[in-house]
Amino acid sequence: MVHERVMEKLSILADAAKYDVSCSSSQSNRKNKDNGLGNAKGYGICHSYTEDGRCVSLLKILLTNHCIFDCAYCVSRKSNDVKRAAFTVQEVVDLTIGFYRRNYIEGLFLSSGIFDNPDYTMERLVRIAKKLRLEENFNGYIHLKAIPGASDELLQQAGMYADRLSVNVEMPTEKSLKLLAPEKNHIDVIKPMEYLKNEIVGYKEEKKINYKAPLFAPAGQSTQMVIGATQENDMEILGMANYFYDQMNMRRVYYSGYVPISYDTRLPAIGTPVPMIRENRLYQADWLIRLYGFNVNEIVGFDQPNLDLDIDPKLGWALRNMNQFPVDVNTADLELIKRIPGIGFLSAKKIVAARKFKKLVPQDLQKLGIAYTRAKYFLAFATPFQLQKDLTSIQIKDHILNTQKSKYKNDFSNQLALF
Amino acid sequence: MTQIIYDGTYEGWVTAVFEIYEYKLQDIVFAKNEVSADLLFSTNHTVITDEIKVKRVLSGLQKRLSKNGFQGLYHAFLSETNKIEEIMFRYVQYVLSSTINVEDDFSNNDVLELRKAIRLTGKESHRMEAFVRFQLTKDQLYYVIIEPDCNVLPLIENHFKSRYADQRWLIYDAKRKYGIYYDLKNVSNVAIQFNTESNSSKFLAEIGDEGEELFQDLWRNYFKSVNIESRKNTKLHLQHMPKRYWKNLTEKIPDIKGRI
Repeated sequence: MVHERVMEKLSILADAAKYDVSCSSSQSNRKNKDNGLGNAKGYGICHSYTEDGRCVSLLKILLTNHCIFDCAYCVSRKSNDVKRAAFTVQEVVDLTIGFYRRNYIEGLFLSSGIFDNPDYTMERLVRIAKKLRLEENFNGYIHLKAIPGASDELLQQAGMYADRLSVNVEMPTEKSLKLLAPEKNHIDVIKPMEYLKNEIVGYKEEKKINYKAPLFAPAGQSTQMVIGATQENDMEILGMANYFYDQMNMRRVYYSGYVPISYDTRLPAIGTPVPMIRENRLYQADWLIRLYGFNVNEIVGFDQPNLDLDIDPKLGWALRNMNQFPVDVNTADLELIKRIPGIGFLSAKKIVAARKFKKLVPQDLQKLGIAYTRAKYFLAFATPFQLQKDLTSIQIKDHILNTQKSKYKNDFSNQLALF
Repeated sequence: MTQIIYDGTYEGWVTAVFEIYEYKLQDIVFAKNEVSADLLFSTNHTVITDEIKVKRVLSGLQKRLSKNGFQGLYHAFLSETNKIEEIMFRYVQYVLSSTINVEDDFSNNDVLELRKAIRLTGKESHRMEAFVRFQLTKDQLYYVIIEPDCNVLPLIENHFKSRYADQRWLIYDAKRKYGIYYDLKNVSNVAIQFNTESNSSKFLAEIGDEGEELFQDLWRNYFKSVNIESRKNTKLHLQHMPKRYWKNLTEKIPDIKGRI
């Protein structure tokens, strides 16, 4: 039974958890067991959207916001004067079940401030997941934070009950971490990631041989980096992300634009706008790396360490590589079509399917729903109805910027004024 | 011009396809159940759903379409978008007249329109998987009223059955006046008159479970707490959660005190 007093705890501990941007419930296909409660859908479901437009898929809360650490970027840091609260194990279980049965959520995303020591905290998180799975026969999605410094045994147990585990690296470089969280080291974060990576791979191999083998974090692991709190450039950030994808088999790296919450002089002052455009560009770059076959070096490099803010990274790459264009969509490989600005990977697939029936002309592409005004500068047709050749990349950029209406236009002119 | 009057079911529409070929009807328009007054100079042809004709048309389509393409035709029908029956008919003509599978021929208008309708139905059923907000009654029934743009109940039935296997639930489509009910074993269609004022405070007091109001308040509280004020983005919010759904979304309805 849930009591009234849970109400206040919920507002404190949901508020404290909201800066963790991950809310994904995808990539796990956990089945409903013995006519119990719930299952997980591989495609994930966003049940609601907050007024800032972010998806609400999971009940995302901290077990407690009491914390022994004093990380400057964190709202729950020891020295911050905020109201503290802690849920009991049973309260979290009841809230999760009550919300889930009403179809409010896909499951639970449980994180916590570190009270006492890492093992003590991790043990509580694991106990909640275990209770949900074994006592409530709950088969919905569970995302647990792996607390740096917790023992391997506890991480192992966490993986047996959770669909996804995550350790947040928070600061893209050791230098920034030392500046803002002197008590922490990058290695403390990397160690549990490495342990989990090996376990996940191991269990997956076992599952291939024996389908009855237990699941271990079937939705893999993810991590988060805070953007704009410190001085890193996009090359350092994407380089780190690339390391996580390549070396740690991360399913997702999240970029969290720093929301100023502190008067600490090491950090951007309260009132500084959240770097939302930059965050958006980083996600676009992340997508290009994960889904479009781009290499991180093609997107950022020493000659241009930061992403363009006024144009997206795919257009940026195309303008720097005009020698790759124009592309004839009637003959080009799928991989190359995906690289044309204005054509997403779903449209690219449609083009490749449709060209088997007839030679595609510009009107066909327009109907398919590609951003033709953007793509036309990079396309070649046997019978062009509008000749686009001989424009320089600067001219193309101007043309495109003049025709597009950026959703961030207002913020954007502000930012330019800063430089 | 011939107006084809059928019973409004998919099978009825498929029977109509058979008869259009059978009687070589030209220049056709579909109408559900009743004659449309707009078409004064048209002749009418009434179709009675016939299982044998349905089977023959469907097996012909099955031979020429992929499994997805075949399913897709039914999904397009459920979209209930404007002129979808006519689009579907032209699509079927194209499919049956071709020797190869043409479902990916996107430069053909009817293929493209059909694909759009399939997408719309898919999007709407995904939305309903997300936007259902069950309310618990005193006799432990989880129920919800929805008003989806497309007729999605047949498509979301399995999702809810496999997910909420241990609770009784009822999902009622107030637009189409029927619901699906799960009794812990099977899902059945129910056509009942339902009080659509169920969001009123009177409802909670009379038939709501005693914990129901608290849970709704907890959910509203949670929804408010996870919002980050400095990132406010109303356009994106509305894009994901259009206003027409709000009246059935707990977090978008004020709590009982706020409703008076």
